[in-house]
Formats: sequence, structure tokens, C-alpha cells
Amino acid sequence: MNLFKSTVGRKILMAVTGLCLVGFISVHLIGNLSVFAGPDGINAYAEHLHALGPLVWVFRLIMLGLFAVHITFGVQLYLENRAATPDSYAVQKSLVTTFSAKTMVFTGLIILAFLLYHLLHFTVQITNPDISAHNLALDAANRLDVFTMVTKSFHNAFIVLVYIVAMVALTLHIFHGISSWVQTLGWSTGTSQDKVTAIGKLVAIAYGLAYIAIPLLLLARIVK
Amino acid sequence: MDLTLHVWRQKGPQDKGKLETYPAKGISSDMSFLEMLDEVNDGLIKSGQEPIAFDHDCREGICGMCSQVINGRPHGKQEGTTVCQLHMRQYNDGDEIFIEPWRAKAFPVQKDLIVDRTSLDVIMQAGGYVSCHTGGVDDANALLIPKPTADYAMDAAECIGCGACIAACPNSSAMLFTSAKVAQLAALPQGKPEARKRVLAMTQAILDEGFGNCTNHYECEAACPKGISVKFIAKLNREYLKTMMPTSTGA
Repeated sequence: MNLFKSTVGRKILMAVTGLCLVGFISVHLIGNLSVFAGPDGINAYAEHLHALGPLVWVFRLIMLGLFAVHITFGVQLYLENRAATPDSYAVQKSLVTTFSAKTMVFTGLIILAFLLYHLLHFTVQITNPDISAHNLALDAANRLDVFTMVTKSFHNAFIVLVYIVAMVALTLHIFHGISSWVQTLGWSTGTSQDKVTAIGKLVAIAYGLAYIAIPLLLLARIVK
Repeated sequence: MDLTLHVWRQKGPQDKGKLETYPAKGISSDMSFLEMLDEVNDGLIKSGQEPIAFDHDCREGICGMCSQVINGRPHGKQEGTTVCQLHMRQYNDGDEIFIEPWRAKAFPVQKDLIVDRTSLDVIMQAGGYVSCHTGGVDDANALLIPKPTADYAMDAAECIGCGACIAACPNSSAMLFTSAKVAQLAALPQGKPEARKRVLAMTQAILDEGFGNCTNHYECEAACPKGISVKFIAKLNREYLKTMMPTSTGA
């Protein structure tokens, strides 16, 4: 199919899957912020999620598909683009592009590595078994104690550092992503271009700050 | 003014090539950049050396031949101009200037600052035209085109095919060039019948010719001597998406 081979088709696939993944991190962020509401917030949230049963696995398969498409074509396009530029200039100058746009494949791979760690940490729970919800006592309302797992994890400076590095990479990644999907889908016009790009960058920074706030505020004991 | 030039010298397509340093002495600020190179070449010829080979034709900013990256910027530091319209008053006495050819896999260097841009012609041959019967010329204004549409098509048609967009692109993508042609023709009634075929064929030619993929860096727009907007790339993407929709004739 042309969509999977064409230069524009793959660009559109990157934008659409990227947008879906931004949708995912939006919902995930709202869920995560419930940690600030204490055990009744995040433990109740976790229980509701698990109560969805098979739907959780449907959702996980969709996510796997989105990641597979986004990563496969992202790496493929990167390799093609590198092959198209075999020689560099003695004087290399960027006019308007951003650090974020130039490092998409690298920040993407950092996010992938983090994703695997994050799943082992909070989903499979094998990186820190002593403070994993599976091994902790249930909370007062007989729910898995996700709250204690999260807060204790983020009292560990090393884990916090890993999360912050990953969230900086995520912010850089979506800084370019959120500001350029409108162009890719062909919706931008000459006059809207700058505004759309600027709004995209602001939204990305807002996501980054919110995501980084969680481990940082827990580490600093500002939120308990 | 006296300048120091670092110029890419390459004997032929197979040669490795390297930067060579030449003094440019007594350069007048009224000269164009190409006239400055003419002066330097004069000196090289008189001293029995091989002159610097560079492409040039109209010397009035419309032919798009002068394929030089000057201090890391295609067509030099002045916005919206080709090298021939760049004047030495933009530079100061004692400046060091690096002059390199366009660099992209699809633009092999032929000699010194001259690159082969046949790949752009191949993209044009893939769909940068409208098919029509030859014969009597239509009456002027027999086919009415709204002024905003005509202006839009004219803005896209300003592209001179110099290749600065590719030279500036971190991916060596020819998307701005291709989009200018696709948008110009798709906007006009004469181009609409072949719009679907055109966008598919021309974007395929981009990859076939060894250009990279567009990832929205927008370096192309900033480097374009004619100020072609990346809004035409959005238009090309729209035209591509349209090819996935059913047509009214059911094709």
C-alpha cells in the first residue's frame, strides 16, 4: 500500500500515531496527578483501571500497534534521511529548526528505553520488589497500595533522576511533534502556521512541567 | 577590502575534493559575490592555476544556477537573494568566507562548486506539467480564474528550482521544491484533472532520486531565495490525502 511506502504517507502515519500517543500521555498524566490526592486518589484510579478487565488488554494491544508503527517508520525515515545526506558542510548552520526537531530519533529511543524500564518498574514490578504494590499490604479500603509504591519509589533520588531525564526527552520529542502535526495533516495555512507552532511548543512545555513535577515534588517531600 | 576564501575544490565527480584557501584582495563593495569570484579566478588564471568552477547564468536572480553555500547558508547571508544578487557590501574587510557546493546524495558534485541537479528535472518529468492538445491558443480570459487563486499559484510558481531548499534541509528533502509545483498546478483548473496522478508520481520521484523525507524543520523556507512558503508543503499533503478519497466518478 502506498501509505506505508510513500514519503508523505509515512509522514502522515507518524503524525497520526504520534497524536494518538499524545492522547495517551494526556490521559496518563491526569491519572498520575491523582497521586497528589493521596491514597484515595491514585489507589481508586488504579482499581478502576484494573476493573476494566479484558478492555485493558485491548487497550494494551492498541498501544503496542501505535508504538510499533511510530517507532518502525520513525527509525526507517531517519535512516533514509541520513543516507540522503552523506556529506556535511564545513560550516554547518541552522536557520530556524530546533534542537528538538533535530534530535527526534534520539529522544524517541530514550523514551522507548524509559518505557521498558517504566513498565518493569510500575506494571511488572520487578525492579524494586520491596516497594512494589504486589508485595505491599493492601490499603485501608482493601485496594493495591499504588500510592505507597509511587511515593516510596520517588523518595529514591536515582529513580527520580531516571524519570526526569526521560521526561525531558519526552518534552523535547513532543515539542516538535505537537507543533508540526497540523502541517503534516495539511491543515496549516500561511497565516496560521506560526500560531499553531507556538501553541504546540507551549503545550509540550506544559506537559513536560506537569510530568516532571510528580517525581520532583514527591522527592522534595513538598507533596506527601 | 581584503578577504580570505575557503573554497571547495574538486576535480571531478570521482575526486574526493577538499577546501582550499585563497586570498581575495582589493575587492570592491559594489561587486556582486560572483563578480568577486570572477576577480579571484582572473588572478588564478594569470598565475597559471585552475580557476574555480561555479554555475551561473542570468546574474539577475532568476535562473537559479548559482549553487553555493556561503558560510553555511545557501545563497549566502542575505535573505531572499541568489548569490549573484548578494553584494560584497554585505561583508567586511578581513572576513573569512567558506564557499561550498550544495550537499546532497541526489546532487553529486561535478566540479568544485557545480552540482548535477538532473534529479530535480526527473521530479518535474514525473508530473510537473499539464497535458493538453496542441493547436490554437485559447482566448485570453476564456477560462476565468479568481484573483486570489491566480496569486496563490503565482507565489508557488516563483520557485526557480535552484535547490537551496534541499541544500538547507537536514534531510536533503526536495519537499518544498516539489510542493511548489504540485500546489501551483493543483490550484489552477488546468492542473486539476491530473492532480491525483501528479502528487503520487512526484512524491515517489523524490525517494527514487535519493532525496530524504520532510520532517518539518522549515529550513527550506528560510533558505529559499524566492520566499516559497512551507504552506505549499501543507497543500501537497492535502493533495496526497485527497488521493485516498473516492472521486465523484467512482475511481
